Amino acid sequence: MTTKQQKPKEEIDTVVIRFAGDSGDGMQLTGNQFTENTAIFGNDLTTLPDYPAEIRAPAGSLFGVSSFQLKFSKNEVHTPGDDPDVLVAMNPAGLKVHLQDLTKHGMLIINTANFTAKNLKLAEWEQNPLEDDTLNEYRVIKVDMNKMVFNALDDMGLSTKIMARSTNMFALGLLYWLYDRDMKSSVDHFKIKFKSKPEIIEANTRALKAGFYFGETIEAIKTTYSVPKAKFEKGTYRNIMGNQALALGLIAASQKSGINLFFGGYPITPASDILHYLSNYKHFGVKTFQAEDEIAGICSILGAAFCGQLGVTASSGPGIALKGEAMGLGVISELPIVIINVQRGGPSTGLPTKTEQSDLFQAMYGRNGEAPLAVIAAQSPSDCFFAAFEACKMALEYMTPVILLSDGYIANGSEPWKIPDSNKLPEIQLRKVDNPDNFAPYDHSNKKLSRPWAIPGTPGMEHRIGGLEKWDETGHVSYDSENHNHMVMLRQEKVDVIANSFKETEVYGKEGGELLVLGWGGTYGAIRSAVQRARVEGKSIAHIHLRNLNPFPRDLGEKLVKYEKVLIPELNLGQLNSMIRSKYLIDTESLNKVEGKPFTPSEIYSSINKIIKG
Amino acid sequence: MSQVADTDQKLTKKDFTSDQDVRWCPGCGDYAILSQIQKIFPELGVPREDFLVVSGIGCSSRFPYYMNTYGFHSIHGRAPAIASGAKLANPKLSVWIATGDGDAMSIGGNHLIHILRRNMDIKILMFNNRIYGLTKGQYSPTSELGKKTKSTPLGSLDHPFNPLSLALGSGATFAARTLDREIKHLGEIIKRCNEHKGTSFVDIYQNCNIYNDGAFFDLTDKETKAETQLILKDGQPMVYGVDQSKGMRLNGSKLESVILGKDFSIDDILVHDESNKSLAFYLSEITLDPNLPTPIGVLYKKDKPTYNEMMVDQMSEAAKSKGKGDLNELLKMGHTWEVSE
Repeated sequence: MTTKQQKPKEEIDTVVIRFAGDSGDGMQLTGNQFTENTAIFGNDLTTLPDYPAEIRAPAGSLFGVSSFQLKFSKNEVHTPGDDPDVLVAMNPAGLKVHLQDLTKHGMLIINTANFTAKNLKLAEWEQNPLEDDTLNEYRVIKVDMNKMVFNALDDMGLSTKIMARSTNMFALGLLYWLYDRDMKSSVDHFKIKFKSKPEIIEANTRALKAGFYFGETIEAIKTTYSVPKAKFEKGTYRNIMGNQALALGLIAASQKSGINLFFGGYPITPASDILHYLSNYKHFGVKTFQAEDEIAGICSILGAAFCGQLGVTASSGPGIALKGEAMGLGVISELPIVIINVQRGGPSTGLPTKTEQSDLFQAMYGRNGEAPLAVIAAQSPSDCFFAAFEACKMALEYMTPVILLSDGYIANGSEPWKIPDSNKLPEIQLRKVDNPDNFAPYDHSNKKLSRPWAIPGTPGMEHRIGGLEKWDETGHVSYDSENHNHMVMLRQEKVDVIANSFKETEVYGKEGGELLVLGWGGTYGAIRSAVQRARVEGKSIAHIHLRNLNPFPRDLGEKLVKYEKVLIPELNLGQLNSMIRSKYLIDTESLNKVEGKPFTPSEIYSSINKIIKG
Repeated sequence: MSQVADTDQKLTKKDFTSDQDVRWCPGCGDYAILSQIQKIFPELGVPREDFLVVSGIGCSSRFPYYMNTYGFHSIHGRAPAIASGAKLANPKLSVWIATGDGDAMSIGGNHLIHILRRNMDIKILMFNNRIYGLTKGQYSPTSELGKKTKSTPLGSLDHPFNPLSLALGSGATFAARTLDREIKHLGEIIKRCNEHKGTSFVDIYQNCNIYNDGAFFDLTDKETKAETQLILKDGQPMVYGVDQSKGMRLNGSKLESVILGKDFSIDDILVHDESNKSLAFYLSEITLDPNLPTPIGVLYKKDKPTYNEMMVDQMSEAAKSKGKGDLNELLKMGHTWEVSE
């Protein structure tokens, strides 16, 4: 690489960057490349992709804007950050939608090539913001990226369309220069991704370098920045997205238990990636079945679970609604299945690509009859691995359906992950049986109240299961009223006893005090950041984040009453809040947001501040 | 293999009869079907523990409880999906679905067409009584237009499905029809199903003596059945009637019935060919024609790769090309970096 022109370098702790452009501008790709590079460099980070539900929204339109936010730091990072310090706007629509979030005096990098009269009109700018005082408060770097890229690719004989596709790499190169980075990770990436298209590797590499060298030469940027490496625990790390971690967690549980994984599902945003990932791991004994609909997805895993495999399905709210009846069949037939809900904005089709936590009630109560099942929630992208592992372990050990709640934010977000040693993952104990002597298919005489798993193909243990009420032990059909009462109680107790396996509830902060912030799922990062800040200021505050929503940990009640007040932030209208109030009969405060976006730490912090004065 | 089977004690009907009381209405056609299947299953050469019977909801769907095999009585319409998961989990199993016209063609229609399209090696026995029995007598998707029932006092407005045309149109590789009253024929068809690799679909006409009694009377009554049943045999001319005096002929693009003797000889009569799908459609389409006999037997049979076999192949190919998966390697895939203290 050429020698770098010396510009002063400034060291900073934390940066938030947002890339915004048309859905065709490759913003997700650009963001992911910068993320990968940042992870390898050694900063802690969290990302937030945000894209429209339309695959090819009309070019230049406001609703077609796609963005990717990334926060990286030398310190621990729990969220993708509040407002960006740097905004890269590839077109007028991207600028229009995101300018309001940019911090005062923040850096604004604009591709001027797309600021045509047509695009300005589509983005509803009355005047060209590049020509009036709209951007006066920001440090603006205007570049005609298309022109720069076209010049760089001039001798390659590529079409204008192909060349224009590389402008995002120019922006990426400029940011690499700005943050003192090496370009190698992206060049390597092009070589793998475009293996069969050497001209595309060349075009992207040239565009990337053009952006990088542009930074060196222009006057407008006077300094580069460096964010020192974060302090991580010793170990091997990789950057990982939530859905990817989740798929790995499922495979890990399958490998650990020796029970093959059977995944049956139907494509739905934002859960489809789980199916995509798993379909690549056939050599791990993973079977994937893209069913004709959501119902067939879950029904196929019930069939597979009856036949001795670990059944898993994944969907989002509307798909989960369709699976409700089959979940009830899973409850009454006591089969080991995991139902994953990557939650999105509802009701109905709602906001398919945006995040929400509004399916907790659906997970808890969304079935006919008394049909309790275990519910657990993942709290961050990398935590999806452990949550998935736990869900599978629970399903197999207790012979019960388990619902695993994730959400669009953590599913598509990413963060560095310390790769666990697979040998240190917990063992999974099964209740598989193959001795026909005294076999009773509904024998619950054990501490976990699990049913023996006698698999079709095993001689002498032929038995029938199904959706009609069954006699305890024998599993014969029963309409007996006392037996029904007994079985309803038993199925409830079967879920309740799972709590016996929980460790003591972890409290961040002091046991007891003025305020407890209680959360679940993907709000973890925002809550932890806000509570951290309040603790630094000396506030009497603590944070509990629930992994288990059904059953609750047994010690939760006693912990809650140690605080004067309990604040429950949720991306819904207060579903956990309602469950806590009804179970523990305590007063709580609910902080709600349903905008299809995650909480920012400052939203939670200001709510904390209203409760704890001074 | 065969030695083991020979020396093993022979399975009997009793081995396939569960200890549960059968709770169908007295006189129901389901009894005959159950009894015949309990008799035929021991003859199929499949170990009892390898049978799995899956059902949905409806009178016929109680079937698994009465079979002393592995069984799964599931939810309305979903048996094909559950059975598919079971078959894919353990391809060695002999998987049978007991379903009804409502379960299979109404609430479960979507699963039915897709299991047929995929050619899962699963056998579907559809007990077709052209009525909803368990909900006490509403018209079903195979009830005739204008059917007067509790929910259609002025007659139904629904045109019925033709089950075999639907199956053929969905890509069925085995499509057959039989009757509860013709137990010998039923037994033969069960054996043919068992031999077929792929989805077998059998439309079993079954009498509901409570809500739709006599729906197939013409087909089963001794007085009329010679004239109304066209019993299909592969490679044989399609003759029927008292003394086999009639036959089916293709006139242009229409199947017609002709009398053998003066104008037509046996050489003019169509020869059944189970592998001819167009012919299968012709036969299926005459089912509801009151002037023509009803085809009984195997209309169509074709060997085609099954979904379950192809999945097994893909799995073993992946294992061969990538080697057996190593979890630690998997977790460390992609860009990784080390942090040392």
